Formats: sequence, C-alpha cells, structure tokens
Amino acid sequence: MKKVLLGLTMLAALMLLLVGCGEAPEKKEAPAPAPKAEAPAPEPAPAKGNDLEIFSWWAGDEGPALEALIEIYKEQNPGVNVINATVTGGSGVNAQAVLKTRMLGGEPPDSFQVHAGQELIGTWVKADRMEDLTPLFKEMGWMEVFPEGLIKLIGTEDGIWSVPVNIHRSNVMWYVPANLEKWGVEAPKTWDDFFAAADKLKGMGVTPLALAQNWTANHLWESVALAAMGADNWDALWAGKLPFDSAEGVKAWELFGKVLAYTNADASSLSWQQATDMVIDGRAAFNVMGDWAAGYMTTTKKLEPGTGYGWVASPGTGGSFMFLADSFGLPKGAPNRDAAVAWLKVLGSKEGSDAFNPLKGSISARTDSDLNKYNGYLQSAAADFGKDRVVGSLAHGVAANDTFKNGFASVMEMFMKSKNADAAAKACAQLAAKAGI
Amino acid sequence: MREASRDRIKAFLTLLPSMILIGIFVYGFIGNTIWTSMTDWGGMGALALEPEKNFIGLDNYINLFTGFLGGGFRQDLVNAVYYSVMLLAGAVGLGMFIAILLDQKPKGEDVLRTIFLYPMSLSFIVSGTIWRWLLAPRGGVNILPTYAGLEPMTFDWLSSQSAILVFNWQDILRILLYAASLVLILIGLAKLRKDTRKAFKWLVPGIAAGLFVWVFGDLVPDAYMMEEEHGFNLATIGIIMATIWQYSGYTMALYLAGFNGISQDLRDAAMLDGASTTGYYRHVAIPMLKPITISAVIILSHISLKMFDLIFAMTGPDNGQTGHPALNMYLTTFRGNEFATGAAIAIVLFLIAATFIVPYLISQYRERGRR
Repeated sequence: MKKVLLGLTMLAALMLLLVGCGEAPEKKEAPAPAPKAEAPAPEPAPAKGNDLEIFSWWAGDEGPALEALIEIYKEQNPGVNVINATVTGGSGVNAQAVLKTRMLGGEPPDSFQVHAGQELIGTWVKADRMEDLTPLFKEMGWMEVFPEGLIKLIGTEDGIWSVPVNIHRSNVMWYVPANLEKWGVEAPKTWDDFFAAADKLKGMGVTPLALAQNWTANHLWESVALAAMGADNWDALWAGKLPFDSAEGVKAWELFGKVLAYTNADASSLSWQQATDMVIDGRAAFNVMGDWAAGYMTTTKKLEPGTGYGWVASPGTGGSFMFLADSFGLPKGAPNRDAAVAWLKVLGSKEGSDAFNPLKGSISARTDSDLNKYNGYLQSAAADFGKDRVVGSLAHGVAANDTFKNGFASVMEMFMKSKNADAAAKACAQLAAKAGI
Repeated sequence: MREASRDRIKAFLTLLPSMILIGIFVYGFIGNTIWTSMTDWGGMGALALEPEKNFIGLDNYINLFTGFLGGGFRQDLVNAVYYSVMLLAGAVGLGMFIAILLDQKPKGEDVLRTIFLYPMSLSFIVSGTIWRWLLAPRGGVNILPTYAGLEPMTFDWLSSQSAILVFNWQDILRILLYAASLVLILIGLAKLRKDTRKAFKWLVPGIAAGLFVWVFGDLVPDAYMMEEEHGFNLATIGIIMATIWQYSGYTMALYLAGFNGISQDLRDAAMLDGASTTGYYRHVAIPMLKPITISAVIILSHISLKMFDLIFAMTGPDNGQTGHPALNMYLTTFRGNEFATGAAIAIVLFLIAATFIVPYLISQYRERGRR
C-alpha cells in the first residue's frame, strides 16, 4: 500500500512539473542565453523599471567600445541597472539566432544590436516587432545631423527603425605601399588596371588579391558588382527595379569570376585577418575588406596609416561609399521601454558617438563629429562619407534581408564551383523573388 | 491473479508520465516539424507574432531536390553521404584493428587503452579547433617536414577545391535505380544457397530493373534541368580524419569489451584445432561480435548525420566543399528565417536516419518473435 502511495505522489509531482512546464512561457522565466547574466534577469513588471538589458555581439576587441557607451549611460541614468547581454560570435551569427528564439518566445531584450538596413527591416519591421523611432529622431534633431541618404536606408515609408552607432566602409582595397614600390605596380583605379598589374604580380609569384572564407567572397562580390554596374543600377537592383538576371547582373558575375582567378586557392580556410596578414607579409598584393581592417592593422599590427598600409576605394568604385552600420532598435514590448529610449539617446548623441567610434575603429554617423579624435584613415573615411554617394552593403545586411543574404551565401558556393555566371545571376533572381525584393 | 493485475496498473501508472512526455516532446514535435515542412512559413514577416503559414504540400521537398535554389542542400547531402560511409569504414575498421592489437595483451595495455579512449572525452568544438590548427594550409602538419630540413607539404586538407567520384545530379534517379537493382541482386545471391525459389523473387526484379535503366535510361526523367556535378570533396578528408580520431577509440572500447566477453575456452579450442591468430579473429571472434558491429554502425551513422559543431569549428558555416545538411538546416532556419525549408531539411535527415535504424529494429523484433 505504501508503495502505491509513493508511486501516486511521484506521479502527482511529475504532473505538476509537466503543468509547470506548460505555463513557463507565459511567466517569462529567466532568460538563459545571456552568458554574462550575473545580474538577476529582468522581471517583466514595468513597475520596477530600473533595469536595462542591452543585447549585442560586441565582446573581445569590441567590448571596450561598448563599455565606453555604457559608462556614459550610467552617468546620465544613475538609477538604472545595466545588463550587458553579449552573445559572442563574429558579425552576430550566434547572437542573431539567440535573439530570434527570444523574440519568438515573447521575451525581447530592451534594445538589441542589429546591422542597420534590410537586415532589421526585412526581418523584424516586416514582422511588426519594432517601434517607429521617427518621433525620437525629430525630438533629438537627428534628422539634420544624420545624412539624408543614410536615413533613407534605415527607414521605410512607415518610419525610421534604428539608431546607427557607427559607419563602416566596405569598398576599400588595402595594400602596403613599400611592397607595391618593390614590385613596381600601382594601386589600381579600375579592374582593368588591376588585371594588368595582377598578371605582372603572378609572374613574380605574388598572389594578386588575398581572399578568405565565404563571407569575404560575398564582400568582394559587392565591390565588384558595384564597379560593374554603377551606383544607380546597384540601388535599382535592391529596389527591385533591375532584375538580377539582366545583362548588368550577369556582367557583375562575369567580372567577379575573372577577379576570382587572381585569388589564393586556400581562401576557404582563412579568416579575414589571415587574408590581411598575407598583404602585410608581402605574400599578396591587395585585399578588399571593410575598414575594420584598418583597425586591425593599426591596433594589432602597429602599422601607421598611410605609410605602413595604404588604401584606395576598391577598383571602379571611386566616389561611392558602400556603407554598413551597427545600430540599435527598440522592440515592441521591451520590458523597460523608458530606460531603452534613454539608451538610444546616448547612442545617437555626439558625445556617445565620439566616445564609441575611435575605440571601435569606425566613423560616426553624424556629420558634426569631432574629427580630431580619429586617426588618419578614419579622417579620410569621414571626409569621403561627407561627399561620396552612399550605397548599402549586401554582405553586411544593409541592402537585403536575412533570407536573401543566407541564400546568397549558398549561391556563392555554387558559383565558386561551377563559375557559371548565368546560373548564378538566375539563382539570385529567384532568390530575390523569394526574399520579396 | 489479482496481484498480477495490480502490478500491471502500477507499472502503467509509473510509465504514464514518461509516456505522456515522450508523446508530446518527441512524437508531437516530430509531427509538428512534418507539418511545418509542408507550409510556406518563411521569408518576410516570418518572425511575426502570428506568422502567416499556408499549406503547400510537398513543394519544399521538391524545391530542395530539384529546385534551382536547392543546389547548396544537394551538395551538402552528397557530402553527408560520402562522409557517413567514410566515417563508418574508418572508425569501425580502425577501432576493430586497435581492439585486436590490444586483445593480444601487450605491455601497458591499460595506458594505451586510456590514450585511445581519451579523444572521446573532448567536445567536438574543442577537437575541431585543434584539428583546424593542425590542418591549416600553412601550419600544423604541413610544416612538419621543415623540422627535418625538408620542403613543407602543400596539401590543402580543408580547402581543397577538387572532388573525386563525381556524378551529375541530373542522373540521380537512374543512379538510385541502379543502386536498388544492385541491392536486390545481392540479396538474391545471398539467398541462392538456401532457397532457390525465394532467391529468384529477389533476383528477377533486380536484374529487370538494372536492364531497364541500362537500355531505356533516357525514359527516366532528369532530376534537374541542367548539369550539376557533385562528388567526394577532398576537403572533407580533414573532417573525416578528425571524426575518426574522435570515435575510433569508442568503437575500440566496444570491440574490446566484446573480445573479453568471448570465453577463453573457445579461443583455446580454436587454437587446438590449428587456427592461426588471424583465422581465430576472422572466423570466430569477429562473426561473434556482429551485434557490436551493428550497434557501432547505428550509433556512428546517426552521429555522422547530425554532425554540426566539428564542421562549424573546422571550416566555418558557409563552405560548400565541406557543408553538411545539419549545418544547412540551422543556417536556413535561424539565419535565413526559412522555417518551412529548414523543417523540410530536418525531415529529410530524419528519414535518412530511419533507413539505418528501422531495418535494425525490424530484425530485432523478428529475432525476439522467433524465441
């Protein structure tokens, strides 16, 4: 009899557990994914309202820049307990997956990092999960200090969706001036210049263009495509006005195929830093990479901008500034909305921007930033940003949404294998239809 | 009698909670994934609070296997098949070989056993990182010869672009028919000795199918509208080596336990009858360990099908040369927001795993029935 009783009690306990499990999502239990969750998880009750959970993928080298922003925020909002919920992993691969499970589970952070542009708009804004920030932009006078072209790229007809913290340039070609002198070549202005120099370099046993794993190929593609079709067509492409399988689209892939022939064969097992190292060591002549490479060469490799390393706009894209930006948005149903709005105000302010960007190795999105705080490369980038045509980057989430970007990685792999420009252009056209471009 | 029925009720009540839990969290979720894979959940607005999902039948599967954008998936699937076969052959073969060596009771057997079993205790992400360093194009094993004053090797362990055993995806239906006819003929030949009539039931359709494809192959439709070549990518060799390194110790432990379980009398008897050591293993020990071989194959095959972290650590997420459907599923679902397509990939993997496990389960039930 006792055994039966014991059995029944255990059963009852199990049932309770089961019922408890069923209820958990409504109760919003502690968020598991944040690795730095020493602080207690935020209660959803708005009555408390003195927490702020910032969700980002800035750890390691980028951690200090984020800390600088948090310092300013704490000074201005002493009562708020800041929870720095970082999920590590380059360009947010892991963080975005964690974010998606949290949002789908009805548990948004107060503010989260996202690449500005379609990566946010095509994913979260279309899903009606974000708050319109236009009132905040108007209140803070940001409509005047942020360039018009930028505001267009981070907004839709329905509103503006994120506050950009920094601006990176993607279409930059890096080289070491002393090496080029030794080999007797010049930094190319067009891809034809490059091909001429590349044949010479190949003869000397130097890899003309260093390339790394898949996403850097996407990165190279956007610079090549911009050169092949021009800024107007590039914009038309993403507005859905120019089909990917048009003559211009195919031409971009053909040119890209030609460029690929001058890259290193072991690309797929290199990181972007290793590709940059090839240029620094003199094993390769050029590398097309975003301007975080300048940060890497200045800070980690201790090279002087201008003498230790040089840069030009990637061939054929002079006068265009292909940008990407990290930004923060405000999800609907953020547990501590007021604290989050105060955080966004810090991000968009001149003070916050100039504290963050020199450390991060990027330029401010504001047109009135204090350039004395930035190094030689960043000053030149800021000058270009002020006068060049601003276009959005594909590889870093400005031009297209997640669906397109993810599919593009696989189109790229197919192209690397088959080198079939027509097929790649057609696949992109199908992908665009699927992604709603 | 009353005691027995009360026991049954107790047993049922004890099992009930886990039955309910498994029902919901295993079978319920499998069902939900199957349903999701037949909807169009994905693209823009996929992450809305109430996302729009429409039933579209098998379209996702058709797209994966014959659609223009499924190329990445097909490449990954072919990779996974080659990868599984190589891993099975390597890990089972090497594990068995080490077990046989250790079964000779060499000096320091305990230490050696620990050394061989040790890789099992590492997580894939750790061993993957170590192997990536070892197999880096300009480091690790490639520069080993320089310590002896020789030229460094230039083998691209993880970044090779070449492939062998290449076939065209257009022909996949024909290849599958050939494979089916080969299996039928092999089963028929195996039965030929025991029961001729039954054997013909297998042999005749097998030969007929093979002949049909050989003569009228053009009638079989192309699976895809253009040439698309897939093969065994040499870049996966590095990953296969790392997995074999990690798991051959495990199969070694399985076999070693099996060898130790064979009674010494049997061994002595075999030796007395004049069997050599090779003969003993070939004709006595290894056939006796058939159940161990089968469980090793089943465990390794499902591990190879869900391989994820090792590949992620060694060659990164977007690498067509070494891609794997499990990785593709994760990226499609959580990076591309294509929940329905991701579910379809998951179900394809589930069905492949089932083709390994279901025959085993059936044979187990049959054996039990015979007893």
